[in-house]
Amino acid sequence: MSTPPTSDAPLLEAVGVGVEFTTRGGTVATALDGVDVAVRPGEILALVGESGSGKTTLARTLVGMQRPTRGEVRYEGKPLSYSHRSMKQVCREVQMVLQDASGSLNPRQTVYESVAEGIRLQKRVADDPEGRSEPEMVAAALAEAGLRPPERVFLRSPHELSGGQKQRVLIAGALALRPRLLVADEPVSSLDASIRGEILALLLGLRESLGLGIVVVTHDVGLAWNIADRIAVMYLGRVVECGTTEEVLERPRHPYTQALLSVVPEIEELTPVVLRGEVPDPTRIPGGCRFHPRCPAYADGTADEAGIVDSCRATPLPVLAATGDHRVACHLVSERDS
Amino acid sequence: MVELLELHDLSVAYRTSDGPLPAVRGVDLVVRAGEVVGIAGESGCGKSTLVSTVLRLQPKDALVTGEVLVAGRDVQTMGWGDLRALRWAEAAIVFQGALHSLNPVRRVETQISEPIRLHEPGLSAAAVSSRVGELLEQVGLPAARSRVYPHQLSGGQRQRVMIAMALACRPQLIVADEPTTALDVMVQAQILDLMSGLVKDLGVGLMIISHDLSVLADVCDRVAVMYAGRVVELGSAQQVFGSPAHPYAQALSQAFPRVGDAAARYSPAGLGGDPPDPHALPPGCSFAPRCSRAIDACNEEEPPLLEIVGRQVACIRVGEA
Amino acid sequence: MTTTAPRLSARRIARRRRAAAWRRNWKLFRGHRSGLIGFVILGIFVVVALAAPLLADADGLKVTKATGGVLESPSSEFWLGTDENGRSVLTMLIWGTRISLLVGLVATAISMVIGTVIGLVSGFFEGWTARLLYRLTEWFLVIPFLPLAIILAVVLGRSLLNIAVVIGVTSWPATALLIRSQTLSIKERPYIERARLLGAGRWHQMTRHVLPNVTPMVFANTTLTVAVAILSETTLSFLGLGDPTRVSWGSMLEGAFGVGAMTTGSWWYIVPPGICVVLVVLAFTLIGQALEEIFNPRLRSR
Repeated sequence: MSTPPTSDAPLLEAVGVGVEFTTRGGTVATALDGVDVAVRPGEILALVGESGSGKTTLARTLVGMQRPTRGEVRYEGKPLSYSHRSMKQVCREVQMVLQDASGSLNPRQTVYESVAEGIRLQKRVADDPEGRSEPEMVAAALAEAGLRPPERVFLRSPHELSGGQKQRVLIAGALALRPRLLVADEPVSSLDASIRGEILALLLGLRESLGLGIVVVTHDVGLAWNIADRIAVMYLGRVVECGTTEEVLERPRHPYTQALLSVVPEIEELTPVVLRGEVPDPTRIPGGCRFHPRCPAYADGTADEAGIVDSCRATPLPVLAATGDHRVACHLVSERDS
Repeated sequence: MVELLELHDLSVAYRTSDGPLPAVRGVDLVVRAGEVVGIAGESGCGKSTLVSTVLRLQPKDALVTGEVLVAGRDVQTMGWGDLRALRWAEAAIVFQGALHSLNPVRRVETQISEPIRLHEPGLSAAAVSSRVGELLEQVGLPAARSRVYPHQLSGGQRQRVMIAMALACRPQLIVADEPTTALDVMVQAQILDLMSGLVKDLGVGLMIISHDLSVLADVCDRVAVMYAGRVVELGSAQQVFGSPAHPYAQALSQAFPRVGDAAARYSPAGLGGDPPDPHALPPGCSFAPRCSRAIDACNEEEPPLLEIVGRQVACIRVGEA
Repeated sequence: MTTTAPRLSARRIARRRRAAAWRRNWKLFRGHRSGLIGFVILGIFVVVALAAPLLADADGLKVTKATGGVLESPSSEFWLGTDENGRSVLTMLIWGTRISLLVGLVATAISMVIGTVIGLVSGFFEGWTARLLYRLTEWFLVIPFLPLAIILAVVLGRSLLNIAVVIGVTSWPATALLIRSQTLSIKERPYIERARLLGAGRWHQMTRHVLPNVTPMVFANTTLTVAVAILSETTLSFLGLGDPTRVSWGSMLEGAFGVGAMTTGSWWYIVPPGICVVLVVLAFTLIGQALEEIFNPRLRSR
């Protein structure tokens, strides 16, 4: 049931993107520290990581909500310019569904108005090839998002909708602009388990029917297994492993990915490797390989045996390229491969 | 094994202007010392209401019928003094949303020592302090961190503080309501490891509530799946997670696909329809409207919880030839 | 994909939503006993104000046409007695209702407009304009109301409109602060970011998203502001800053004070206007509190 991407040239890519936030006290938090990521038309990419990994920041940077401190984001090969006009243009091509489904809908607007907002802002009625009116476009978007018959929800307020319905309304609002790429930040994490499958099936269905490319930000590897073509695993602002879903999830090579997969209860084959401590503060990123303080291979002597302990501690790793085959940012892996 | 918690035909209904609203309907459950029992279910299934009855914390407009026995005594009918003595000393609750359950303007140490000071007023300040230190070490936090405020801790650390608070008066029974929601996968694993370690070391009985079936599968001995206020499947964690019998339990289990399972690739399994409206529960099996295996007989009466295929299931279609 | 054209148009949908919201809020309001009492009291005063020509002869206000004696106590002819000029106190009271309510409402309108605009802008935008407006708000808030009002009234001259302006210009900071804090919190809500994602500029975000969500609180605050405005007008008129040609409750109190009505025991001159002011202010306060509870669900008792 999977459709391969329609072309090889990336539709949206981040090139060497870095994002830093300066807190009021003056300390600098590095949310993204050099990331290369690319999405091809019709491809589903999952950005997987825990909190502090920078995945949400990367998603917001990709849609233009966040200006990178270094590097650039390119749409169809052209870098984004952050002028109001060009951003408005980008809105028509790349849309995002935010993490908090409940808070993303204006409580004083009906479903109709929430979905029509984008249409009105982008004046899509004027240049609709099929010459539809606004209510028709709203109904079409809601129907595409699985709310049928759409007229039944036109007048509902957000508080009258269930979690799944709210998420569909948000997706409809994004679809109404006919984007070519949709970024979904934790699309199902706030929803009941039994509704998850439906929303994920909807996203897959949109790829099938509209050729929509999707970037899914999630902490849930099961979700990535369900719908993603490719995965980029992120840790503390960098991509540490990326490749196709099968490659990364069935044959993980980075110690972090391996640990992450080992604690996911759905997999019985791997012995759980529960890492100690928590993800470090983005204001104090460890030197060398940023994962080395928590790396099981560093702690249990494997790195020692391979003779790369000093590299782990002091040598920073290069930014992983966005496309190509299964790549890993790890000194141990590079050592073993060479 | 000692029975720490027994729920006998427990039902809870909320009094509303439109009549009683059922939240929990006829639940029977037992938790023994050294055992971990999980309750799985989604929002609205009644699990939080269930938890609140264990220490008689349910809201005033809730009507409770049936028995809630903690260490053999009925919590719902005992006197106020007995209840206060029982709360925290015999059974304790780890609440969900640790960020909001901790008082932001009090130091962690003050909050953990509060139940200790209430239950053992004779203890000296030094003794209380050393007990707090002991508790923090037990949950994997350095004793020196007792002087911080909640906002200075990470999500995982706050959850550990909540667990330390629950252990303060050495209860025999601990109930954890969604202890790992909103935590990262790795931190979740750490907390679950901690909790199963405590059960082994202290011999307490643990009841965990979660909407995430996979969390329960890892750490529980037995799991009960709730839907619309009733238990629809009850068995060992292996059985319920590995080979669920009730259609709802199957749907829940499928919602979290196994990585590596080729069948789950590009086919997310979902459950159509909406969760049941407690105002308007369907006649017969409350899951029937969403069930792919429902037949006419399902709408006639609520299927009883029967021992079928080695566990308890409330479904007339299970075990059919 | 083709769908049948829906029969609802965008405008009808917006109208239906508003109608449904009104119905819902009215139902909630009806459940509030104190709010209803306030509403009824206010209703009575509004009716009296509107029907003044029918209830009392306007000529009764003219000193030259006064028919009664000086400070007569209430009788069957003059239900509330007369003032020092022989005018019927009841007539003055009825016509005074108009002035007091009108000035209160106009002053509130001025105050709300200034306060809302400044509150919105200083809350929504960052940068030095917003900071400047905020400092301005704080500054105005700190200045004592009465001295400023007196100075302005003296400078502008004694007329009804000026009194309304004076009150409006001195009471907007409270509203501005309330709206600013609401704006600050709404600004962070995800739906504002969603609007940005859909291509909304700052103006659209502010007027289509922030303002409608701030309005309920504004509405509740307005009724309380009217109460304060009426009280302020009464105070200023009592101090002799009001329009000398118009009769309001405050000017009646001024008159009563001037002729020593308390020492002479002419209670009919002092007590009625005082009671009226209290009742109207109470009415607005009760309504305002009921509205606050309706629009801010967190204040509702379970």
